[in-house]
Amino acid sequence: MDVPKTLEQQTMWRGVLGDSSQPVSGGNPGSGQLKVEMPNQALAIETTKLSLWYGTFQALFDVDFQVKQGLVTSLIGPSGCGKSTLLRSVNRINERLGYVRTEGKVEVLGHDIYAPGVDLTQIRSQVGMVFQRPNPLPVTIRKNILFGYHLHTPRPTTKSEDDAVIESALKEVLLWDDLKDKLNAPAINLSLEQQQKLCIARLLPIKPTVLLMDEPCSALDPKATAAIEELIWGLRGEYTILIVTHNMAQARRASDECAFMLMGKMVEHSKTEDLFVTPEHQETADYIEGKFG
Amino acid sequence: MNSKHSKDLARLDRRDLSWYMDRLVQAVMFVGGISAIIFIVGIFVFISKEGFSFLFDGFSFTEFFGSINWRPTSENNKTFGALALIVGTASITGMAMLIAIPFSLGAAIYIGEFATGKTRESLKVLVELLAAIPSVVWGFIGLTIMNGVIIQLFNVPVGLNVLNAGVILGLMAAPIMTTIAEDALKAVPDKYREAAEAMGATKWQVIRQVVLPAAKNGLVSAVLLGIGRGFGETMAVLMASGHSINIPGSVFDSVRALTATIAAELGETAVGSDHYGALFTLGIFLFLITFLINLTADLVVRGIKRS
Repeated sequence: MDVPKTLEQQTMWRGVLGDSSQPVSGGNPGSGQLKVEMPNQALAIETTKLSLWYGTFQALFDVDFQVKQGLVTSLIGPSGCGKSTLLRSVNRINERLGYVRTEGKVEVLGHDIYAPGVDLTQIRSQVGMVFQRPNPLPVTIRKNILFGYHLHTPRPTTKSEDDAVIESALKEVLLWDDLKDKLNAPAINLSLEQQQKLCIARLLPIKPTVLLMDEPCSALDPKATAAIEELIWGLRGEYTILIVTHNMAQARRASDECAFMLMGKMVEHSKTEDLFVTPEHQETADYIEGKFG
Repeated sequence: MNSKHSKDLARLDRRDLSWYMDRLVQAVMFVGGISAIIFIVGIFVFISKEGFSFLFDGFSFTEFFGSINWRPTSENNKTFGALALIVGTASITGMAMLIAIPFSLGAAIYIGEFATGKTRESLKVLVELLAAIPSVVWGFIGLTIMNGVIIQLFNVPVGLNVLNAGVILGLMAAPIMTTIAEDALKAVPDKYREAAEAMGATKWQVIRQVVLPAAKNGLVSAVLLGIGRGFGETMAVLMASGHSINIPGSVFDSVRALTATIAAELGETAVGSDHYGALFTLGIFLFLITFLINLTADLVVRGIKRS
């Protein structure tokens, strides 16, 4: 599928993608009108006055941000604006670095994930993450998918359960037909597109409610990008998806809502079509016109 | 036109000081680069030449590898059975690995995966310092401290035995094994750890299910190099093992190692005698074993790079 160029094409394509997605309450993805009315939508993620420091460098300043359940929300902004940092604080993977300090509140489905005594394993089973570079583990395709499933299944699983999990995960990311005969091949030999789909597939058996995606297509060619976008759109509804992207066209064609960040602050957050057509802030307008970034 | 062309060429063909300097440095580097090959071949030729006098005359394969009687200086019945020496070296090395493998892998995992910042840096420096302690100092510790400790602790008559030499050798081999094992862990791309952690794996689950399998080859080669080190170590083993020809029945028996035999006896043999040649044959044997171990380690490491 070619990457659509005009707004009309985008709209049509959007309609095509919408057909394969789960119906979303209040949404009307098949109409081709980009209208996604969702009043009183429950929140999947809510940050309140979130500030974050890497050592002495402050990367986020009092970010208030809400992500509605079942939607695809994209985060855009120039390099270093804090969009990846914000994304990575939603499953606390930021803390790996050791010199990170966080203030404020992040709630996932109403639970404060920075509260003392919160179990990181629990958070990460609720909030899956897809990285910029596909990062399948250096084991077989089969073991990649079972890795997370086994971590979060306290009892031993039978082979038939494993097989069922693998089949349904791969079917959901449209890889089953390609990979069903080589499940024992090393995952790192797959094409980048297949690797990235596999990285999404291995999250699904954990049954997360939120999927974080940190520029999931930036290592991929346009065709693979289209395939991943289509997949993301297909997962919409069942999962809440927050996606960081450098690619404004991608944000525009593949997200319901869009947030623009600049210098660690949340500048603007609205429905995607509103943000791109009638931005409220001058910085947003300048950025989407390509005046900086 | 033509003369201008040749002038241009001449300008390109300038041989000034930097040109000669470049050539000189290249030549020096080349000699440095191939010197390792020259030395290894030279050493092999030398010990072979010295050992061949015995190997082709008076050497019996069954006696050398099958007999425990090493009586090189006997008046009327010289025998050169190296079995007890080989078993001695192997038992000390085996004991050493029992100590060194858990210690070094534990230290490498701690330094590579758990420790951060200053702890990590100072531990790395300390481990490297430990690797630099001369082997005679380790032998001294074995001879004086460990000897008494073993006699006291286990109530045995002699403290210079397999256990003593094994512990000393294990502690000697552990630092270098730690360094290599830590390099192997560091070579595992961080994206694997991140991926596993993002799926909710705990630190230990990440290490056991992701890092260790990915670093497997490097860890195996660290162990192999430790074994090679154990086979080749001389002074500490000579001082701590008791140096008596014996097939050990327990870790409290004294043994004698191949290397220690060469070190202790070579100075007192007549050049060219059977005894002299037999000692060099032990040398060839040691050389081949350590060479094979190092080669295997190297091939195992290459295995990582291919995948």
